[in-house]
Amino acid sequence: MGAFYKMPMNEHSSSVVSARKLGLTFETSDGPVHALSNVDLEVRKGDFVSFIGPSGCGKTTFLRVIADLEKNTTGEISVNGMTPEEARKSRSYGYVFQAPALYPWRTIDKNIALPLEIMGYSAAERAQRIERTLDLVNLSGFGKKYPWQLSGGMQQRASIARALAFDADLLLMDEPFGALDEIVRDHLNEQLLKLWSRTEKTICFVTHSIPEAVYLSTRIVVMSPRPGRVTDIIESTLPKERPLDIRETPEFLEIAHRVREGLRAGHSYEE
Amino acid sequence: MQQERLLQHRILPVVTILFIIVAVWYVAAVFMNTPFQRDLDRRGNVTSTPMDFIERTLSQPKPVLPAPHQVASNVFENTFLRRVTSNRSLVYHSWVTLSSTAVGFTLGTLLGILIAVGIVHVKALDRSLMPWIIASQTVPILAIAPMVIVVLAAVNVTGLIPKALISTYLSFFPVAVGMVKGLRSPELIQLDLMCTYHASAAQTFWKLRVPASIPFLFTSMKVAIAASLVGAIVGELPTGAVAGIGSKLLAGSYYSQTIDIWAALIAGSVLAAILVTIVGVVAKIVDLAMGGRPA
Repeated sequence: MGAFYKMPMNEHSSSVVSARKLGLTFETSDGPVHALSNVDLEVRKGDFVSFIGPSGCGKTTFLRVIADLEKNTTGEISVNGMTPEEARKSRSYGYVFQAPALYPWRTIDKNIALPLEIMGYSAAERAQRIERTLDLVNLSGFGKKYPWQLSGGMQQRASIARALAFDADLLLMDEPFGALDEIVRDHLNEQLLKLWSRTEKTICFVTHSIPEAVYLSTRIVVMSPRPGRVTDIIESTLPKERPLDIRETPEFLEIAHRVREGLRAGHSYEE
Repeated sequence: MQQERLLQHRILPVVTILFIIVAVWYVAAVFMNTPFQRDLDRRGNVTSTPMDFIERTLSQPKPVLPAPHQVASNVFENTFLRRVTSNRSLVYHSWVTLSSTAVGFTLGTLLGILIAVGIVHVKALDRSLMPWIIASQTVPILAIAPMVIVVLAAVNVTGLIPKALISTYLSFFPVAVGMVKGLRSPELIQLDLMCTYHASAAQTFWKLRVPASIPFLFTSMKVAIAASLVGAIVGELPTGAVAGIGSKLLAGSYYSQTIDIWAALIAGSVLAAILVTIVGVVAKIVDLAMGGRPA
């Protein structure tokens, strides 16, 4: 416990999420729905992996399988070398939902304290971690406010702080900025990258914005629906240091083009 | 500015309605008391101007429908001019009814919460208990109240407890239904969040379900406290109770003391308004303490 992870990034470091022939089928009254089929994926320590694809491609479902909020029906998956259930029980990830899901009756401080209370941190430790994570998401001084007193972007930052407060080195983010306007979104993307480089966490990030995926990721997983599957995995060639205007460079546009091609190849624009 | 708005938006509409009610009441009182007064006058060979006649219809000692000022002066007299220990004091009778209301309401609220917790957490209870709870409220309270009183009296339980139990019977229902809804009100995303923390069922209950249910609790407590008061009054009717608003109503009807009946009704309404307001104020305070947005 104590300081955030400051390990050096290592190209050959260990695997955090490893999926082999992973499949998930929901039985519905209209027959089976193949949310995921034959997904093979390796997420390494320190990666920033984005999952992109149209709705119904299984990107959120895949994230929920990692988080043990859904169970795969076929194939294998390990998280930190454990089953997803063991990983969840040993609190090895923080999850950021599409909505901030802050508890309205708790102040921002108390919202961040929620996982810490549940996990049994001492009051002194809680106070220290709240202060540090608020600083990390640039919300220092807002701890005593209630959620409704904050803007949507600030609320989502608070929910990220809540996921960072305990020592999980894996961060699962499910379209966290999807409901925000473009200007706020740009700003938060920039902050998220800084946060990622400061904390050295592994991040799995679901989005349906191509620029967002390309700007943030070290790897982009392109998915397509019916059945939900991975159609392409693109390694980003962009440097780790990324100012916002990197999005105007030919290199960036090249990667974005490849993502768009991948999405098209999955027939995602046909319907 | 603020006061002007309060006057225009809150006080003025209420006063207007009150004014209309009083006016209609007076007209009705004159009409309903006219046959008896006409009879009386004919036998006494009294002839009078219409104004005199109307005045007499509004000042009968046992009118069919007492005039507002008769009721008002009775309420005033029996509330402020009598010792509170006096058998005629409305404060005394209200206090008797209030105490069993309070006991019944407290028991009913606790019972309602307990049932709701059971229903939310135990699947078997969810399926088995709810139909019975709903059925319990379809039985007319007027049919049950005397049985409860008589059965309990047979085992030497009399006084406050039987009346309070009838209040409990009426007040547990809204609380149970409201709390089931309240404890189930957390959204899926909030429950998922707890799951990602590997929170225990007890932690999810205390840190999520309970706080989320508080607004539902107060809404149902407002209904429950009014129901408790009705229960206490109904409980006083079949006992030949010596005190309480219910006994005052009963005594009034035995002796055709219509003014007393109406005065007791007014006392009951004022009591209900005070109780509901108290619950509302507490709800407001709790809401603000839980980060509610000031209106």
